[in-house]
Amino acid sequence: MYPYPFSYHRPATIDDALDLIGQFGEDGKVLAGGHSLLPIMKLRLAQPAHLVDITGIDDLRGIREIDGGVEIGALTTHHDILSSSLLASRVGLLPEMAHVVGDQQVRNRGTIGGTLAHADPAADYPAGVLALDATIVTIGPDGSREIAAADFFTGFLETALTSGELISAIRIPSLAEGTGFRYEKMANPASGYATVGVAAVVTLAPDGSIFGARIGITGASDVAWRATLVEEALVGTTPSDESIRAAANLAIGDQELLADVHAPAEYREQVTRNLVFRAVKIAIGNAAGR
Amino acid sequence: MSDRLPIHTTINGVDHSISVEPRTLLVHLLRDELGMTGTHTGCDTGQCGACTVHLNGRAVKSCMVLAVQADGQHVTTIEGVAPTGSLHPIQSAFWEQHGIQCGYCTPGMIMSSLSLLAENPDPSEEAIRDALEGNICRCTGYTNIVLAVKEAAARIARGDVPQPIS
Repeated sequence: MYPYPFSYHRPATIDDALDLIGQFGEDGKVLAGGHSLLPIMKLRLAQPAHLVDITGIDDLRGIREIDGGVEIGALTTHHDILSSSLLASRVGLLPEMAHVVGDQQVRNRGTIGGTLAHADPAADYPAGVLALDATIVTIGPDGSREIAAADFFTGFLETALTSGELISAIRIPSLAEGTGFRYEKMANPASGYATVGVAAVVTLAPDGSIFGARIGITGASDVAWRATLVEEALVGTTPSDESIRAAANLAIGDQELLADVHAPAEYREQVTRNLVFRAVKIAIGNAAGR
Repeated sequence: MSDRLPIHTTINGVDHSISVEPRTLLVHLLRDELGMTGTHTGCDTGQCGACTVHLNGRAVKSCMVLAVQADGQHVTTIEGVAPTGSLHPIQSAFWEQHGIQCGYCTPGMIMSSLSLLAENPDPSEEAIRDALEGNICRCTGYTNIVLAVKEAAARIARGDVPQPIS
């Protein structure tokens, strides 16, 4: 299965990459791990005239400690994320999620920047970067921008990235003491993508009440979202199964849910509420032990 | 726009300087241009894992990598795991445990398993099944494949080296 012909470019620096991307405009596509882009090119759903392969730019790769958190280069693979002890100790939700992305071969090749830029509505990381309150750092012709994860995903395969702009890194604040997390995923058994995925980050106060909660949901709608109604209902409460269940029932808010051959909207709604319940409950259990 | 590009890549320890059309997938370079048909094309959509090879020592699906992306990199295929005429301990283990029926998925199974064993020399059944999630077998039901990987781990741990096929 061959894609349409294209010309291939492998810049060695970010500046060269930005020049090429700017020059090609809508006729160009950025290639990172290729595990979102190449499949759709092979199916001829996309036919860019130019591919700009950024994998030769080492500045875009790697995991670093920064003040108050971690920074993950856009080209960092899922495998490098799941095997990072720094990430495990600071933002453990992300390596936990990386483990359920695709399969071994996909994790060895696919990148966090690529999956976020592609913004597949059934990808895992969107839920995670929302729940971790991450910042997406971009570089473009007008310089660098920092975009809050909550503002990044704008629609079906749509993000706040503008034409000519690249993701350079993802910054995530370290989780506070007393914080637990959990990613609950109902995977499509054929594709492995999330029919629904819920990432929960919950911080407990010393008295056992909920001090903070962030919940990201993917798969259920055409864009990942923060379940702010659930978060507000949880904060300040001393959690019980009943209170978590009542909060989880607020998960959908005014989101319009996807309906397809795999799951009608009513089913996705029920699964979403149940996974929010499970993810929050398990996150609270984990938080109590930290 | 589809002019061939020169690439330099090391495949199974041998340097190749070749030119490829940019849209050529690594699996097609291996099979169609270099005649290395041990790597199989299965689904061609990144699901089945039959085309798994190692790129710089790690398992990847060669139908999801462009040949030009192997420029300057090291590729290992099933042909490269043991010298011609001999079997790597994992190949002997697949033979002994009958981790194989039609054989179509086997090269990919072995390349994924070797990638696992390089990182985790004594994997649990769960770790083996997890590592082989991206390799589909329609014959065996996987049970004997898992047994074969377990046996391969034991053979490698005791220092087995490739043996001539008897």
